[in-house]
Amino acid sequence: MKIQKSNKIKGSIGDRLIQIIINVGLGLFAIITVLPFLYILAGSFATEKELVERTFFIFPRVISTNAYKYILETGEVFRGLKNSVYVTLMGTAINMFFTTTFAYPLARKDLKGRSLIMNLVIITMVFSGGMIPSFLLIKELNLLNTYWSLFLPGALSAYNMIIVKNFFEAIPSELEEAATMDGCNTLLCFIKIVLPLSKPVLASVSLFYAVGHWNGYFGPMMYISDPEKEVIQIVLRRVTLLANGVATDGSLIDYGLLGTPPDRAVKMAVTVVAVVPILLVYPFIQKYFTKGVMIGAVKG
Amino acid sequence: MEQIDYCYDYNKNATISVKLPSKNGTFKNAEMEGHIIMAVNVKKSKGKTLQYMRRNFWLYFMLLPGALFFVIFKYIPMFGIIVAFQDFNPFQGFFGSPFVGLTHFKNFFTGSDFWDLFKNTLSLSVLNLIFYFPAPIIAALFLNELRSVTYKRVVQTLIYVPHFVSYVIVASLTYTLFNINDGIIHEFLRLITGKSIDVLSSPEYFRPLIIGQSIWKETGYGTIIFLAALSGVDMELYQAAKVDGAGRWRLMWHITLPAIRSTIIVMLILRVGTILNTGFEQIFLMRNDLNRSVSEVFDTFVYTKGITQGQYSYSSAVGLFKSLVSTVMIIGTNWLAKKFGESGLY
Repeated sequence: MKIQKSNKIKGSIGDRLIQIIINVGLGLFAIITVLPFLYILAGSFATEKELVERTFFIFPRVISTNAYKYILETGEVFRGLKNSVYVTLMGTAINMFFTTTFAYPLARKDLKGRSLIMNLVIITMVFSGGMIPSFLLIKELNLLNTYWSLFLPGALSAYNMIIVKNFFEAIPSELEEAATMDGCNTLLCFIKIVLPLSKPVLASVSLFYAVGHWNGYFGPMMYISDPEKEVIQIVLRRVTLLANGVATDGSLIDYGLLGTPPDRAVKMAVTVVAVVPILLVYPFIQKYFTKGVMIGAVKG
Repeated sequence: MEQIDYCYDYNKNATISVKLPSKNGTFKNAEMEGHIIMAVNVKKSKGKTLQYMRRNFWLYFMLLPGALFFVIFKYIPMFGIIVAFQDFNPFQGFFGSPFVGLTHFKNFFTGSDFWDLFKNTLSLSVLNLIFYFPAPIIAALFLNELRSVTYKRVVQTLIYVPHFVSYVIVASLTYTLFNINDGIIHEFLRLITGKSIDVLSSPEYFRPLIIGQSIWKETGYGTIIFLAALSGVDMELYQAAKVDGAGRWRLMWHITLPAIRSTIIVMLILRVGTILNTGFEQIFLMRNDLNRSVSEVFDTFVYTKGITQGQYSYSSAVGLFKSLVSTVMIIGTNWLAKKFGESGLY
């Protein structure tokens, strides 16, 4: 009896220790995650003097908005932001058009040729022609330096399409049947009944696409060389990475319209400007992405 | 299923006639949702498919944009890999360029390129598998043990953030923190070790840096799938084990971990299937002339050789090799995942 009791106490001390380790560990991880963001945010509002003098700080002593003024004056970053917003909105709209129109017929279990089409889609998930044939295709189609080169090659993600299709399949068919009885045709049924009922999955999937467009770097780098059409990620990379004197492709460092190597605060401000739009929609993202992952995890 | 459509058309538009049974046809009762709808003639004839297609014209019409997309942007590039067997030059085009068979593949495998790329790609993948793969599992187990709901939510909200920022931003942050001029982590490391370590351009630090970035960026988001699996664990199991005197550690080891075992196995299998896919953007952005000996992987090589230097055929051959190996790996591991009774990638 006595032994048992002491065991229990020992166990609970161990338990408490584990609890502390877990709490502290996760707390540390969370801090490591956000600290770089806080640091660049603070740095972007700091004066150059303070950035040189102090090694690390979260609250600048003197608040300066010079870096942001500089960004606005040069116009390059602002143009990048504007282009990125356009690419994201337009690209996502195109994605959603292709994805939903393709998913809807496939959600009909009685559609003839359904399994054949699905197999053809799955083949593209497993095998691809690769980078070079895709590049040559875009070149042949004369899409280089147009935003179509960003919209079209990824207009439909098979994975997202399957998520949407699975959601459509779960909508009770009686609803559509009833509507059909009342004289609703296929297109009307799709627009008036199926789409409004699928808002959660449409929100998730359009966020998947939108974040992809906003963060996209590879496509713009490959296909867009016209400075007028640069998106924010390209500008950001030039300002922050190449300005560090490390040109990853070994080419001459071109600071573009900025002319001189930007100072520390400017680099940080550009990074902040590229992150902020993501953080603005983050509450929605968190809600719908998690949901999207769950929907995606339940496949049919 | 055709019967239902007949019925709809019939209700909607009385002018459509329902065919009466003919010699080669049969009567069938179509039953749906407990209502006997009507008897329809399911006639086996050649025109039936066409008729069906016509009736469901709008459904097929809706498939059109997506179908065009798949043909143009997925299937045409698949046939475009013919350039890997040619000496492609843009002026002669796909049809005019001379056919050279497997020459590029021979050059690739006999030269030094192949082993360098293979070694670099595999090193990164294996290191990822060892260090990055367990991170979300551990984080999920830890999160599951948190008692305060608020604290758990705050931690989750914070650690999901990096998943949504681009690799350009991750690379920018890395450069800002590690560069030898004013990076604070560089300063910090100098204080501890007493010497200046150039993490960004030393080949020996390239791999740890990439793995570190992956862990920082994706651990939080990776927990979601494991937390989902954990939410299904019966709480009574814990209570029963507690009554039997099990401590937290044992609860975690004997109940929580087995509950997510199948998820872990499937994630592991799928991860192994994509072992040659080292994220292009991440490596491309962290690569520079000084660490090229370890940072050149299949994707970056194809880009440099093909897009930058214009050696379309040779780089296509390298890309095709990678695609083929990936395909075999994905199909194989997917089959394995299904053997474990889980739904795989498709």
